[in-house]
Amino acid sequence: MSVYVKIKKSFGNFVLDTEFEAENVILALLGASGSGKSMTLKCIAGIVRPDKGRIVVDGVTLFDSEKKINLSPQERHVGLLFQNYALFPNMTVEQNLYTVLKKRSGAKNLQDQLNLLLESFYLTGLEKHYPGQLSGGQQQRVALARIMASDPRIIMLDEPLSALDSYLRWQVEKELTDILGKYKGTTLYVSHNRDEVYRICQKVCVINDGRSEKVSSIVEFFNAPPTLASALLSGCKNYSKIEKLSNDRVYAVDWKTDLKCSAHIPDDAGYIGVRAHRILPIGSKDECLNKISCRVLEVRHDLFSVIVTVVPADADPRKEFSQIRMEMPSLEDDPLRPGDSMTINIPPEMIMPLRKRMS
Amino acid sequence: MDWFPLYNSLRVASISTFFTFFLGIFAAHYIAKTPRIIKGVLDGILTLPLVLPPTVIGFFLLKTIGPLGPVGSGVLEVFGFKLTMTWYSAIFATTIISFPLMYRTARGAFESFDSTLLYSGQTLGLSNTFLFWRVIMPNCKQGILAGAVLSFARALGEFGATTMVAGYIPGRTAIISTTVYQLWREGNDALAYKWVFVNLVISFIVLAAVNMFENRYKQPVGAAKNHFDHED
Repeated sequence: MSVYVKIKKSFGNFVLDTEFEAENVILALLGASGSGKSMTLKCIAGIVRPDKGRIVVDGVTLFDSEKKINLSPQERHVGLLFQNYALFPNMTVEQNLYTVLKKRSGAKNLQDQLNLLLESFYLTGLEKHYPGQLSGGQQQRVALARIMASDPRIIMLDEPLSALDSYLRWQVEKELTDILGKYKGTTLYVSHNRDEVYRICQKVCVINDGRSEKVSSIVEFFNAPPTLASALLSGCKNYSKIEKLSNDRVYAVDWKTDLKCSAHIPDDAGYIGVRAHRILPIGSKDECLNKISCRVLEVRHDLFSVIVTVVPADADPRKEFSQIRMEMPSLEDDPLRPGDSMTINIPPEMIMPLRKRMS
Repeated sequence: MDWFPLYNSLRVASISTFFTFFLGIFAAHYIAKTPRIIKGVLDGILTLPLVLPPTVIGFFLLKTIGPLGPVGSGVLEVFGFKLTMTWYSAIFATTIISFPLMYRTARGAFESFDSTLLYSGQTLGLSNTFLFWRVIMPNCKQGILAGAVLSFARALGEFGATTMVAGYIPGRTAIISTTVYQLWREGNDALAYKWVFVNLVISFIVLAAVNMFENRYKQPVGAAKNHFDHED
């Protein structure tokens, strides 16, 4: 159960140029909206024809521009879960599943297979309901069951949780994780939500403005995102342009300060990134590496934490990257106010060197 | 009162609606997929009968299927029957004139159809024919039926092109609209009023049917997601 994709397609100014490979894992395609994630899935499913490239699933070539191979969606055996689930509204749950089962396995033991599907997707009792009478989570389970009924070589999910209310989401996500856990093949999971991706997927491929980056494991991606775009998608809040001084020292241009890093700094690193909850407030007299004296710009109280935006004393506060956002547990005593001075510490092991673009 | 015009009107309108129904759906379905420029041109040509005076259509028809026209003379020669001045001549006229109504309503229905339903069906391995008859058509049902009723009504009320190709022969080609005209010319107001009344009743029924279909069409079938339903 493997998938290999290398495709190019242009739509006016936008160019989709993606390449990735996955085998028996849940691979996230992570990107901002409009970055080309859903379009990539549509190309794999055969709904959209790429201009150039190759798509191979389980050793079967679905598309090859050079060999002039372009299988129809029906011949591809690729399951695609649409954002709106795309259940046939004129058919009951049973009929939705039945049409697909019948297509696959002829007339043999249809009722048994149907019952098995209904059972494993917790749909027993909903057979006679129409999609319009089901909740979002139920619709999703029917759609997944219908995809499994078609016996796909891989399954692809297009923002499967985005149509749900946040309070339903948790429950549906849990069910989805269970179902995907039982499925042993390859799953492509399109999302723009890093938390969701972290919880559900094992590998991630960032798609930024139509271009895909290297596939990396989830842990690697969140601990050491390779590029600025990856870091942004992984939720990192603070960046500075850098000048490399040595293999472990940089000058942070936006913060106007020298910093020591634990990670090796590649020659083509253009930025560093630091996560908001990794920056520590310290006393002005404490001795440590990477100490920066700052001025508080803004203090925002969240439910259980406080988000403080500061700017290094020497930096220009109007520049976007010069501001540093830190997140700390709510302070009980002595609340900070805008204009206060504050000293912060960026531990060297928390600095992530970032490339501008994938080489 | 001779009921032949009512019978003939319903016969002509029903047969022509049968043709426009399939032709309209076929055209709407295939034209929706063509590139934009071709779509624009074909769309213009197919909608033309809606805006042209019916007499112009009648004129073109006579020049084509009349005894001297290329089609009409050929049929007369090979099969030995005339295409004009018979009861079925009116079918040619009403089919052409009511076609745009069917075509445009069907196209509107297809265009508002959620294409992800089609795509998901294709990725599940269902054939395009199956998807057309079992998914697209049922979900566009209301729009298509409204179109059929509108074409039926238009066919029933057609006068201009029909008089030109079928004329008015009592008991043979007379339909309600031509009968009313003829009775008025003869000064037979009493009978004319009766036919006018019959016509009003039919029109009322047709409009009620259109309203019924369109109202149901506006509520998308099963599209509402009940976010606030309980899980299980």
